Amino acid sequence: MTADSHFVFLPAAASAHARHVDWIYFGLIGVSVVIVGLVVALLLTFGIRYRSGSPAPRGKLPEWVSREIEIGWTVATLFAFIFIFWFAAASFLTTIGAASNPLEIHVVGKQWMWKIEHPNGVREINELHVPADVPVRLVMISQDVIHSFFLPALRIKQDVLPGRYTSESFTADKTGSYDLFCAEYCGSDHARMGGRIVVMPKAEYQAWLDAQPGAENLAGKGRQLFTQLGCAGCHFEKGHRRAPDLAGLYGSYVQLAGGGTVRADEAYLRDSILQPARQVVAGYAPIMPSFKGTVSEDQIFSLVTFIKSFSGDREETTQ
Amino acid sequence: MSDAVLDKTSARDESTFDKGYLGAGHTLRSWLFTTDHKRIAILYTLTLTVFFFVGGIAIALVRIELVTPAQDFVSADEYNRLFTLHGIVMVWFFLVPSIPATFGNFLLPLMLGSRDLAFPRLNLFSWYLTVIGGAFTIYVLLAGGVDTGWTFYTPYSSIYSNSHVIAAATAVFVAGFGTIATGINFIVTIHTMRAPGLTWFRLPLFVWSMYTVSIVIVLATPVLAMTLTLMMAERFLGVPIFNASEGGDPLLFQHLFWFYSHPAVYIMILPAMGVVSEVIPCFARRRLFGYDFMVYALAAISLIGFFVWGHHMFVSGQSPYANLVFSFLSFIVAVPSAIKVFNWTATLYGGQISYEAPMLYAFGFVGLFTIGGLTGLFLASIPIDVQATDTYFVVAHFHYVMVGGTVSAFFAALHFWWPKITGRMYPETWARFAAVLMFFGFNFTFFPQFIMGWAGMPRRYGSYPPEFQVYHVLSSAGAAVLAIAYLLPFAYMIWSLRWGQRAPGNPWQATGLEWQTPSPPPKHNFDRVPTVEHGPYDYHHEGYVDQKEEIAGSMQTAQTDGDQE
Ligand code: HEC
Ligand SMILES: [Cu+2]
Ligand SMILES: [Cu+2]
Repeated sequence: MTADSHFVFLPAAASAHARHVDWIYFGLIGVSVVIVGLVVALLLTFGIRYRSGSPAPRGKLPEWVSREIEIGWTVATLFAFIFIFWFAAASFLTTIGAASNPLEIHVVGKQWMWKIEHPNGVREINELHVPADVPVRLVMISQDVIHSFFLPALRIKQDVLPGRYTSESFTADKTGSYDLFCAEYCGSDHARMGGRIVVMPKAEYQAWLDAQPGAENLAGKGRQLFTQLGCAGCHFEKGHRRAPDLAGLYGSYVQLAGGGTVRADEAYLRDSILQPARQVVAGYAPIMPSFKGTVSEDQIFSLVTFIKSFSGDREETTQ
Repeated sequence: MSDAVLDKTSARDESTFDKGYLGAGHTLRSWLFTTDHKRIAILYTLTLTVFFFVGGIAIALVRIELVTPAQDFVSADEYNRLFTLHGIVMVWFFLVPSIPATFGNFLLPLMLGSRDLAFPRLNLFSWYLTVIGGAFTIYVLLAGGVDTGWTFYTPYSSIYSNSHVIAAATAVFVAGFGTIATGINFIVTIHTMRAPGLTWFRLPLFVWSMYTVSIVIVLATPVLAMTLTLMMAERFLGVPIFNASEGGDPLLFQHLFWFYSHPAVYIMILPAMGVVSEVIPCFARRRLFGYDFMVYALAAISLIGFFVWGHHMFVSGQSPYANLVFSFLSFIVAVPSAIKVFNWTATLYGGQISYEAPMLYAFGFVGLFTIGGLTGLFLASIPIDVQATDTYFVVAHFHYVMVGGTVSAFFAALHFWWPKITGRMYPETWARFAAVLMFFGFNFTFFPQFIMGWAGMPRRYGSYPPEFQVYHVLSSAGAAVLAIAYLLPFAYMIWSLRWGQRAPGNPWQATGLEWQTPSPPPKHNFDRVPTVEHGPYDYHHEGYVDQKEEIAGSMQTAQTDGDQE
C-alpha cells in the first residue's frame, strides 16, 4: 500500500509471486476455517446436548470405536498436514534458483538507513527504484548488526547480515510506490529504518537513472579501485603470474590448496579480499594481503562487481 | 454442583490460615525456610504474580504508545526497553515457571499420593534462584533497562547495545537454573514416589505433562545457559564468537537460542495441556477420551519439538534446503497437538457437562489454542512465513498459544484447585464473568494483529505508517478489556480468602488423589498413604451413569468429606 492510504486490509500484490503466495494464504485460511468451524461446532453440539441433566441418551461406546476413531483422525491429520507442507514447499522450491541475468542492485544496511547502489553507480538512500517486469536481484550486506529488507507488496523478506552477502529476487509487475521496512530489530531507530520501493515502467526507470547525479559504471569504479589498491600489480602481472587470473572466475569452481573445490560466488569473492588466507587457490602461495579494514563495504561491492564482469579480453586495453 | 456441597456452618468462623498446611506456622521464617512443597508453591505464586504485573504494566505502556502512529508517548529507546522488559519477564519470570512451579509444585506430590517432592530443600533452593534472577531483572529495570528484545540477537546484544545486557542475561541465566532444579525434582519424584498401585498408565495427564515438561526443561535449558554465556563472553571479555568482523558467525547465536527457545514453547504449553486434561473430564463427568494417545502425544511433542528450531530462521540466511527440512518437521510436530484437541472435544461426548469457571477457561483454551496452532501451520509454510515472520502475524500467533493457551489454562487451574489450595471457594458468578471477559478481551486484542501483520506491519516498531492505525487502536482497546479481566480474579480471589465459603475436601466430585485429602491439605498431605486401584478419570465407567445414581453418589462423597474434616 502506498504511504498515504489510511487503511489496509490486504497488502498490495505487486508481483506474480505475491499473488501466488496470496493464493496459498487463502488456501490455508480455508483449511483453518473448516477446522476451527468443526472444533467449535463439536464443542457447542456436545456442550449443549450433553449438558448436565439434559435428556439426551448417553449410549455406551464400544472400545473399538474409540480406537478406530483415534487412529483414523491421527492418520487423516498427518496426511492433511503433509499435503499442506508439500503445497507450500513446492512453490518455495521454484524460487530457489534465481532468474538468469537479473538486474543486480546492491544494498548496504546500517543503523539506521538503507544505502542502495544501482549497477551504473547511481546511489539512493531508503528508496529503491526498480523497473517493472525486469527480474531484480538484491545483493545485501550489513555494516553493523542484523537488519532485514522487507518488501510486503512483493511478499519478500531477507535478513541482511554483517560479514556475509544474502540476496533476494523479485520481478515487480505493477508500477507504484510501496512500503520498505526493516524487519529485524536493530536498535533505537529500527522503526524508522524504512522507506519505499518505487516500481516504474522500464523507460521511466532509464530516464530516472540518467537524471541522477554520479551515474558511473559500478564495474568501472571497481576497476579503478583494482588498480588503486594494487590488486592489479599481482593479478594483472605479465608473464609469470604470482596470482591467479580473475577472468571468468565468477561462477566457476576453484580448486583449493587444501583439497576440495568451492564455487566462486559473491561470498567467495568477498572472502578472498578480506580473508585471503582462508581459502587459498591451489598452486599459489598465500601471499595476498588481507584488505580488511582498508576497504569499505561499498568498495567491496564495486570490486566484486568488477571481478564478476571481468572476462579478460579487456585486460590488454587497460594495461 | 458446588452449591450443594458448601460447608455453610463453618463459613465465617475461622481465618483461612488456621487450617492444614496454612496453619503450620505463621512466622516469616516458617515461610521463607519451609521445605513443604505446598508452601513453596505459594511462594512461587506470589513471586510470579508480582512479575505478571510488572510485565503487564510494561505492555500497557507499549499499547498506549501504539494508539497513534507517531512516536509520542515514550521515546524510541524507552519503547524498545519496554517491549524487551515485557518479553523477558513474561517468558522467563511468568510463563516458563508458571504452571509447573505453582500448581505442579503444589499438586504433584498430592496427585502421586506422596508426602513431598523427592528433594524438598532443592525445591526451596529453586525458588531462591528464581528470586535472585528476579532481583537481577528488577535491577535492570531500575538501572535503565535493556533494549535487545527477549531474543538477545547478536551482534546487537553482544556488541552494539548500550543497555544492561549482562545483568539481564544473568537474570535469565540464574532463573534458568531454578527451572532446571524443579525439572530434576519432578522427574525423580514421579519415578520414585508414586503411591502403591499408581502405575505409569494410571497417572493423571497433569502428572504426565509435568513429567514430559521436566525432561524438556532439563535437556533444553542448559543450552540457553551456554548460549547466554557465550554472548556475555563476547560482550564482556571480547571473545569473538558471533562477531562477523572478527570471523564469528552471528547466525550461530540464533541456532543455539532457538534450539532452546522452540522447546521452551513446549515448556510453556505442555503443562497447560495437562491442566485442561484434568478440568474437562471433571466437568464433563466423563473419562478422558483416548488416554494413552494423549500420553503418546505429549511424548511425541516433547521429542519432535527439539528438531524444529530452524522454522524461526527461514529468512535468516539459513540454507533453503535446511528450511525445507525444518518446515516438514514443523508440520509433523503439529499432528499430536491436533490429536489432543480432538480428544478433548470427544471427551464431552455423552457427558454430564456443567459450566463452572474452570470449564469455561478450558473451553477458551481449546478454541484459542486451536487458532494458535493453525496459524502455526501458516508459519511453518515457507512462502507464508517469509511474509509473516517478524510481523504482528507472529506476535498474534504466539500470543494465541502462550496467552490464549497457557494463561487461560493457568486461570482454569487457579479456579479448579483454589478450593484445595486455600480451603475457600471463589465467587462463581464473578469467576464466570471474568472467564468470558478474558476470552473476548483476548480475541479483541490479538485478532486484529493477524490482519495487520499479514499486511506488513513489522513487530518492535514504536512508530508506524498510518495505514495500520485502525488495528493498533482495536488492539489497544482490547488490551484494556483484557487488563480488567486479569484484575478481576486478582480482586475476588483475595476477597475469597476472607469471605469465601469454606471448601470441602472434594468440591468438584473429582477423582484425583489430591481430592481425597482435606482442603487445605495437612502439612503431611495424607494421614494414610492412599492405595490406587484403577486408572484416572473414573467418572463414567461405562460412558453412561444414571443421573439419580450420580446424585446419590455425590452426596455420599460429600458426607465422607465432612467426616474427614
Ligand atoms: C601480493 C599479491 C596480491 C595482491 C596485491 C592481491 N592479490 Fe588477490 N590473490 C593473490 C594470490 C597469490 C592469490 C591466490 C592465493 C589465494 O587464494 O590466497 C589471490 C587470490 C585472489 C582471488 C581468488 C582467485 C581465485 O582464482 O579463486 C581473488 C578474487 C583476489 N585475489 C582478488 C584480489 C583483489 C580484489 C585484490 C585487491 C584488493 C587482490 N586480490 C590483491 C595475490 C594478490
Ligand atoms: Cu531494524
Ligand atoms: Cu518454534
